[in-house]
Amino acid sequence: MRNWLRTFLARNGIGLSVYMLGAVALWVIVMIILPQLFMLDFSFRNNWQQIDPSRMGGPDDVYTMVNYHFLAFGSPNNPDPFNVVDVTVFFRTIVAAIFVTLFDLALCYPIAYYLAQVARGGKARLLVLALIIPFWVNELLRAFAFRILFGEEGTINAILMGIGVLSDPIDFVREDVALYAGLGYAYILLMIFPIYNVIESLDKNQIEAARDLGSSWWRIHRRVVIPFAKPGITSGCTMVFMLSAGALAAPQILGGPSSLWFTQIIYQWFNTGSNWPRGSAYAIVLMLTCVLLVLILMKLFKVKIGEIGR
Amino acid sequence: MSADVQLDNVWVKFGDFVAVRDASLTIQGGEFFSFLGPSGCGKTTLLRAISGFQHPSTGRILIGGKDMSGIGPNRRPTALIFQNLALFPLMTVWQNISFALEVKGMNKKARRKKADELLELVALPGQGDKMVTELSGGQKQRVAVARALCAEPEVLLLDEPLSALDLKLRQHMRTELRAIQQRAGITFIYITHDQGEALTMSDRVAVMRQGVVDQIGDGTTVYDHPETAFVASFVGENNSFSGTVIEITDGLACVQTECGLLRSRTSSAAPLKKGDDAVVFVRPESIHFCGDDTRRDENGLVATLAHQEFEGHFWHLALKTESGHDIRMSVMNDGRSEVHEIGASVPVGFSTQGAIALAPGELAAD
Ligand SMILES: Nc1ncnc2c1ncn2[C@@H]1O[C@H](COP(=O)(O)OP(=O)(O)OP(=O)(O)O)[C@@H](O)[C@H]1O
Ligand SMILES: [Mg+2]
Repeated sequence: MRNWLRTFLARNGIGLSVYMLGAVALWVIVMIILPQLFMLDFSFRNNWQQIDPSRMGGPDDVYTMVNYHFLAFGSPNNPDPFNVVDVTVFFRTIVAAIFVTLFDLALCYPIAYYLAQVARGGKARLLVLALIIPFWVNELLRAFAFRILFGEEGTINAILMGIGVLSDPIDFVREDVALYAGLGYAYILLMIFPIYNVIESLDKNQIEAARDLGSSWWRIHRRVVIPFAKPGITSGCTMVFMLSAGALAAPQILGGPSSLWFTQIIYQWFNTGSNWPRGSAYAIVLMLTCVLLVLILMKLFKVKIGEIGR
Repeated sequence: MSADVQLDNVWVKFGDFVAVRDASLTIQGGEFFSFLGPSGCGKTTLLRAISGFQHPSTGRILIGGKDMSGIGPNRRPTALIFQNLALFPLMTVWQNISFALEVKGMNKKARRKKADELLELVALPGQGDKMVTELSGGQKQRVAVARALCAEPEVLLLDEPLSALDLKLRQHMRTELRAIQQRAGITFIYITHDQGEALTMSDRVAVMRQGVVDQIGDGTTVYDHPETAFVASFVGENNSFSGTVIEITDGLACVQTECGLLRSRTSSAAPLKKGDDAVVFVRPESIHFCGDDTRRDENGLVATLAHQEFEGHFWHLALKTESGHDIRMSVMNDGRSEVHEIGASVPVGFSTQGAIALAPGELAAD
C-alpha cells in the first residue's frame, strides 16, 4: 500500500494526487458509506419521531432490535408464530428474483454467444441496436406497455383467442406472468453484455479444437465456453438478481393485486407508514440477504470477486 | 492406422476471392506430406477444408477412400493442430490431452492412464497436473501434439505449429515431430512457409502459390528439378537470367540473355521450344570461380565483387555483371577458395547441369 502510494504520488505529482484521492474518498464516503451507515443507525432505533417527538434524544432513545423483531414476528398481538405476511413476501421476492435471473441467463447466454462468436459485422450491429433501442423508452412507459400487452383484454389474449387457442382470456397480470416478463426484460442488457464481453475474448480456435476432437455442441459449451464465460455469467447474474430483488416500479405496475414485492413493503414503511427505522431495517435485511446469496454463489462457482470486474 | 487423403479438383472461394484453385492430389497413408508456400497462399484454408471446417466450393475430399462431404469436423478421422495451438487454458495438461476420450465417455482413470502414456511419448513425463499456462512454448507444442494424437486420428494436420518457437527449439521439434510420426505411423499433413522445415521433415512437399499447387515432389526433386519459375525462386535461393530460347537439343537449352548466351538443363515437365521466352535459374552454390580454363560445357561470366558476407562454413558474395545484373554466389569455406578484394573483377561460371531454364512466371518475393 505504501509502495503503491509512493508510485502514485511520483506519477501524478502532489497536487493532482491529492485531488484524485480526495475525489475518490469523497465519492466513497458521501455516496456509498455514509448513507448506508445512516440507514443502519436508523434501523436500530424506535420511531419516536412519529410516536412521541419529545422522547427523541431522551433516555428512551437507545438502540433496539424492535424493527428486526417486527419483521420476524409481527406486532405483539400477532396470533401467528411469525410475521406471516412480511416473511412470506420476503422469501417469495428472493425466489422470484432468482427465477428471473435464471430466466434471463437462459435467454441471454445464447444471444451473447451468437453476438460474440457467430454474427459478423452488419448483422451483429443490427442485433445490438435492436437490443438497445427499446431501452430508450423509459421504464414506466415500458411497464405500462407490458400491462397493455399482458392485460386481460390485452394484445396477447386477443391474439390467442383470435386463433382459437383460448376460449377465455387468462389474466397474466394476476398470474404474475406480466411481472416476471417485465422484470426479465428490464435487465437483459445487464446480462448480455458482461457475458458477451468475456465470450468475445474467447479464441475461436478453442471452440474449433474441441469440435475437431469430436465434441458435441453441448459439450463444447459445457467444457470450453461456459467455464471461460463464468466471470461474465456471475457478474450478469449478480446484477440482474440484485436489481430485480430491489425493483420497485415494475412490481408496482405489473404485479398482481395479491402479490406484493418486498420492496413495496419497504416503500410503504418509509412512505405511508412514516416509519423510517422499520423501513431501514427491512431494507438492510434485504440487502444483506442478497449480498450473502451472491457471495455463496461465487464461492460455489469458484469465482473470485476480482474476476467479476473484468 | 493411417489413411490416404485425396483431393479431387478442390476449389475454395470466399465470395469472388479464390483461396484454393483446383487442387488435385493424393497423399499416401503414413506419409509425411508438407504444403509449402508464402503467407496468404491458401495453406490454412486447404487444411481447414481437409479437417472439415471449410466446405470446398466445388470438388471432393476423400479420406481413406471415403467421401467427406457432409461429414463434420467432429466425425472425421482427422485431428488438427492449430497455428496458435488452441490448448484449453482452464484445464490441466492431462485434461487437455485426454479431451477426446472424455468426449467418448471414457472413465477418468482410463483417461488419466492414456494421458500419461502420451506424455511419455512426447517426452513430458509427470507433467500432467500442471496447468497449460505454466508450460514453456516447446512444452505447449508437445501437449498440443499429444492432445491431437489422443483422438487416434488417421490423419494429423499441423498448421505451422513451430512458427512461434525460437530457432534452436524449432530444429529440435522438427526431429521430434518426425520421430513421433514414425512411431505413431499415421499420415501427417504439415503446413509451413519455412522451406527448411518442409525439406528436412517431409517425404513429399507440395509448393503452393496463390491458391495453386505448383509442384509436388520429394525434397530433392523440388529443390533440384523445379517445374515453375515460382518453385525455383521460392524453394532455396536462385539467380535468374531472363532471355529467349535460341536452340533446344537433347533437353539442353541455349538461352540468349543480357549476360550473354547461357546453356542449361530444361524441365521435362515444362518443356520449352525455340523462340520461347525463358528464365535461366542458377543456385548460388552452383556458381564458382573459374580461371582461363573454362570447360566447354560451362557458362562463363565476368562480374565485379560488390559485397561479401562470412557465415562460417560459407562465404556469401554479391556480384554485379557488366550489364548491371546482380548475382549471388556461395563459396564453401574449405581453405581452397580464392579471396578477392571488393571491386575486383572476377571470372565466374556454372555448369550446364547446374542451371535450369523454365518458362517465365511469377517469382517469389524476397
Ligand atoms: N474466412 C475468410 N474469408 C475471406 N477470405 C479469407 C478467409 N479465410 C482466408 N481468407 C483469404 O484466403 C487467403 C488464404 O488464406 P490462408 O489463411 O489460407 O493463408 P495461409 O497460406 O495459411 O497464410 P499464413 O501462412 O499467413 O497463415 C488469404 O488471402 C485470406 O485473406
Ligand atoms: Mg495459415
